Amino acid sequence: MLVVPALLALFVLFVYPISSVLLRSFFSPDFTLAHYLYFFKTPLYSRVLWITFQISILSTLSALIVGYPIAYVLRRARPGIRNFFLLAITLSFMISLLVRNYSWIIVLQRSGVINTLFTTFGLIDTPFKLLHNKFGVMVGMTHIFVPYIVFPIYSVMMGIDLNLEKAAQNLGATRWQTFWRVSFPLSLPGIGAGALLVFIMALGFFITPALLGGRKEQMLSNLIQIQIVDLLNWPFASAMSVILLIATLIVFSIYNRYLGVERLWGGVKT
Amino acid sequence: MSRRSRKRAARFDPLHIGWPLWIVSGSAILFLIAPVLLLIPMSLGSAEIIEFPPSKIGFDQYRKFFNHPAWQSAVLNSLQVSAMTAVFSTFLGVLASLGLVWGRFKSKGLINAFIVSPMIVPLIVMALAFYISLAKFGLLGTKLGLVLAYTPLTLPFTVLPISATLRGFDRSLEHAARILGANRFQTFTKVTFPIIRPGVLTGAIFAFMIAFDEVVIALFICGSTAVTLPKKMWDVIRYEIEPMLPAISTLLFLLATLILVLVGFLQQRLARRMTAG
Repeated sequence: MLVVPALLALFVLFVYPISSVLLRSFFSPDFTLAHYLYFFKTPLYSRVLWITFQISILSTLSALIVGYPIAYVLRRARPGIRNFFLLAITLSFMISLLVRNYSWIIVLQRSGVINTLFTTFGLIDTPFKLLHNKFGVMVGMTHIFVPYIVFPIYSVMMGIDLNLEKAAQNLGATRWQTFWRVSFPLSLPGIGAGALLVFIMALGFFITPALLGGRKEQMLSNLIQIQIVDLLNWPFASAMSVILLIATLIVFSIYNRYLGVERLWGGVKT
Repeated sequence: MSRRSRKRAARFDPLHIGWPLWIVSGSAILFLIAPVLLLIPMSLGSAEIIEFPPSKIGFDQYRKFFNHPAWQSAVLNSLQVSAMTAVFSTFLGVLASLGLVWGRFKSKGLINAFIVSPMIVPLIVMALAFYISLAKFGLLGTKLGLVLAYTPLTLPFTVLPISATLRGFDRSLEHAARILGANRFQTFTKVTFPIIRPGVLTGAIFAFMIAFDEVVIALFICGSTAVTLPKKMWDVIRYEIEPMLPAISTLLFLLATLILVLVGFLQQRLARRMTAG
């Protein structure tokens, strides 16, 4: 019964707070669905819901595009290079989220590193607008998500027998065919695990859209914050939180169905 | 088999990485690490504005940071909150792991899922949840409020390494200690705990790091009385141009490096103990 203290703590510090959000969204003080109806009737909020999904899908895809080649090389590189790559990824993963986003502000802003380099070499006259738009948000979120994509794909790839590729080659497949018909399909479980994990994180993302996005890139999380802090509309903020939570849980149940919750634990089964 | 294909098969090496792939993966690694590394030279600029490249080199920004009362108190608050969170969460985590790994009861899977569930709830939802419930008890703007909020958040990250370590622990060592006359408590403190200590420390470090870096919940709970380092940084990034920020970022980068080395060291020690035991 050693689990009891942790369970008690979770009931008081997790279940109770979350249920008070749930109650807030339905009772004010009598039972009402007004906040939910308002959310789905107002075009602004449907648009934000769409933007939230759009940014989540796009950032998951771009993290896959950046992360997959890294995982592929990790599987095949010599130990020296592999360790260097792993070190770089782990370090990037450990650095404060705020610092990682802030570093992109320094790089992308009007007088930032990229614009300074381009103007000093006379390549452009007017600086690029790289920040406070969709590009900035995509760069910032991709940067944060890549490690979450690399690790599951890499661990799946480590279990693939490379002799299968040799066999494919022996049977007359070109390198390209070997990749698309053998290596890539075998790595799909890793891609699924990484992509769903990142998508779940992306849906509730708050920091990057707030720091690197403009008005058009604000996601559901950011609107919830505005409702709480600026407009003090707690019941409506609660309803939006419940909607966000349900969206997250739907994606998570897909993850759980196909991959099992144990994967969140790094594949360790109890 | 024709001669040509035999030749190709002999040449084929699955470990081969072509130069286009080297360029793509190399740039991906550069993308991950370069922007943060860039902050290090930027932190040495002494001007009132952030310039690239810095025109005057010096450690002025660091000096300013360490002598600034508001930043000092933010660092202190963060250290206190993170340390308390780590202690609290590790204590619960050790007990829960012992129960989950060694206990014999049904619904283990369910309890496991319950402990991990705070991981998938969006942070903004947790923030609102704590904002509403801590307000009821007058705990907004207190360090205790922050610790209470961070405990469920960090619990999965202490339970994970601790229970992984416990699974590798050879229980016959405990039987041996009991046979040699140790009581249950002595067995735990003298035999079990020293062996699983690296796993426990790893969990505590994770909890500390998560609490030390958390900003979304902090935005709502800190108020103006318990401002943590990430909350202060957030305000500065959002609303002002602060030439100290690259220096602060560099310090946090060094902290991450230090933690990485520490965790690596602990993992190594654990691996040695498990094979020796």
